[in-house]
Amino acid sequence: MNNHNVNREAILAAANNLRWEVGENLHDTLMESIYENATAIARKAVIYPDKKPAFSFDRTLDKILTSKYFGFPLMLLILGAVFWVTIEGANIPSGLIASLLVDTLHPLLKNFTNSFMPWWLSGVLIDGAYLAMAWVVSVMLPPMAIFFPVYTLLEDFGYLPRVAFNMDPLYKKVGAHGKQALTMAMGFGCNAAGIVATRVIDSPREKLIAIITNNFSLCNGRWPTQILISTIFIGGIAPAYLTGLVSAAAVVFVAILGITFSLVVSWILSKTILRGEASAFSLELPPYRPPRILQTLYTSLIDRTIFVLWRAVIFAVPAGMVIWLAANITIDGVSIANHFINWANPFALIFGLNGVILLAYIIAIPANEIVIPTVLMLTVANLGLSSVGAGSGVMFELDSVADTASILHAGGWTLLTGINLMLFSLLHNPCSTTIYTIYKETKSVKWTLISTLLPIAMGFSVTFFVTQIWRLVVGS
Amino acid sequence: MSNNALSNCADCPVHNLGNLKKLGVNMSNFDFAIALAGNPNTGKSTVFNYLTGLKQHTGNWPGKTVTRAEGGFEFNGKRFKLVDLPGTYSLLSTSTDEEIARDFILFGQPDVTVIVVDATRIERNLNLVIQILEITDRAIVCLNLMDEAKRNGIQIDDRILSKELGIPVIPTAARQGEGMTELTKMIFDVASGNFICKPHRIKSSSKELNAAIDVLIKEISAEFPNLPNTRWVALRLLEGDQSIIDAIRSGELGNIKGINTIEQSQLVIS
Repeated sequence: MNNHNVNREAILAAANNLRWEVGENLHDTLMESIYENATAIARKAVIYPDKKPAFSFDRTLDKILTSKYFGFPLMLLILGAVFWVTIEGANIPSGLIASLLVDTLHPLLKNFTNSFMPWWLSGVLIDGAYLAMAWVVSVMLPPMAIFFPVYTLLEDFGYLPRVAFNMDPLYKKVGAHGKQALTMAMGFGCNAAGIVATRVIDSPREKLIAIITNNFSLCNGRWPTQILISTIFIGGIAPAYLTGLVSAAAVVFVAILGITFSLVVSWILSKTILRGEASAFSLELPPYRPPRILQTLYTSLIDRTIFVLWRAVIFAVPAGMVIWLAANITIDGVSIANHFINWANPFALIFGLNGVILLAYIIAIPANEIVIPTVLMLTVANLGLSSVGAGSGVMFELDSVADTASILHAGGWTLLTGINLMLFSLLHNPCSTTIYTIYKETKSVKWTLISTLLPIAMGFSVTFFVTQIWRLVVGS
Repeated sequence: MSNNALSNCADCPVHNLGNLKKLGVNMSNFDFAIALAGNPNTGKSTVFNYLTGLKQHTGNWPGKTVTRAEGGFEFNGKRFKLVDLPGTYSLLSTSTDEEIARDFILFGQPDVTVIVVDATRIERNLNLVIQILEITDRAIVCLNLMDEAKRNGIQIDDRILSKELGIPVIPTAARQGEGMTELTKMIFDVASGNFICKPHRIKSSSKELNAAIDVLIKEISAEFPNLPNTRWVALRLLEGDQSIIDAIRSGELGNIKGINTIEQSQLVIS
């Protein structure tokens, strides 16, 4: 064994000595030889056309999509169109699914289980677990089934690298890596995936910046929250025929705000704890390829929609049980949930939120997808709205956005609460899966903690300022 | 009559696709391990999906695959495990995705490395091909996106390319499934030793470099007699590659035989 160690050290020592003889620029020499070899071989085997074709579809499209003047407006337009299609398209199927799963199936299951189970077991299983799951499916499935395929079609067509190309100068200016635009785009699907995607960034400094700021990309668990709240509170103040457009614009605004935050935070990080210059890189703009529609529909529905939905359901089932128990176990005649909500309310009001939202965000740490169902269940339980539910912690028959709206208004929600929930949904801790992924990628408790706590701190600061200014201006 | 036709088909190399059995994620008891390498966005995942029957999502942007994907297929009665590596422009930098690709080819010792090349950007893609040929002897160039090359009026003589590189070159259009029969057949031939590659090696004009490589090769092969790619290890040592230095110091460079998954190869490195 010792003998081996000696031999191995001898190899390394020899390499060290030879390194001096070969000279410092070995890497360059080697790269040069590789390039020369490649050029020589290509010259022998490939004949390129003599003259460029007069019209190139790809080049013309690139000139428009990455143009100085049209690049960003087109990006906003495309993003806005995607959300508008999602919002307009999701409303009706959402209602249909809710009326099937909640209005029709829930009473059947409840009657069936009540016939042989104690009331509390049927409560935990049907009013807790089943209803939470039914809610998640009806809120999540329709927007995802529209959003993911549309997004995937854009991706297959080759639009994402153009977005990265447009964003690159901005990221460079704030001292981050241009490829952060790509990881950010992945984050719009799922932050955990976005964080794994930061592996394409060579420099550890820039990779850390990309990881910490990835949470500012709204993930698919948060899109439904944004879309629903925006439809109720922001679309609600617009004339009916503009509701869809205004709601979509508000969601785009929050998404852009997220991108702005990621730029600002990247800039602050690269000027303070992660100081350094942006490194150069080459980004290839691939040719546009006509997407294969059927395959895209298949993969985005199976791989993404069903996958994400399944995850949401898995987390919703235990969360539903917890909510039911919290709403039905009482101390001094008041449920645990209400104890917390009443205790947290004064604190939450400073930030224009309420105790229900804070409790929902604690329960929803495993998955952002269940925030809205949790908020609604807790609101109903807290108010004891008997007209819409059968007992505490029961989710009610909800078959349209209007019903959700009436619940939230009854819970004392205002336009300010809606705006702050949208902001807080953008700026809060990543879900537990993402936190774990950050730890796996950074192997550092410190950076994991920073990535987790920084967004919460920002969320409370931003909602605080918005609330104070709102109260000064609007006065309520 | 029909039996006769079947047996004729079975002997004809063109119709061997009938022998391709897509195994999806079932990779038990495989006979050969195949790596899929190449520049980003050349269609590795499309080739992967075609051969394994899996539906891994492919995206039209570089860097889509940052982790590995594994799948299996059966051809001519042999079972193949296919590993889809992240796309890389070179094997010489230090980013995680390039390390995953490099370490798997170097330490995972795939039986065949299929290098997917974008036919419309051959020259730049060849830089990676040349680097891979420094590491491994058994490789095939899958000259993909031939449809796009044709559309752009690029003419490629794949036989000259094959002669220069010393390895088989198969023109394909994986999205349309063109050339995949020939590719599968060639993977089989190279893996089973029916086709012997004589890979191109970087010709360097630096005498000092060549002398230094020779000295190191001698020392390395004395300590690690089973290592097939000593020349590459020598080059990396001269460049001061820390992961290779560590692998030598711990002696784990010698244990690389029979490693066939990325997890295992990462264990060796880290």
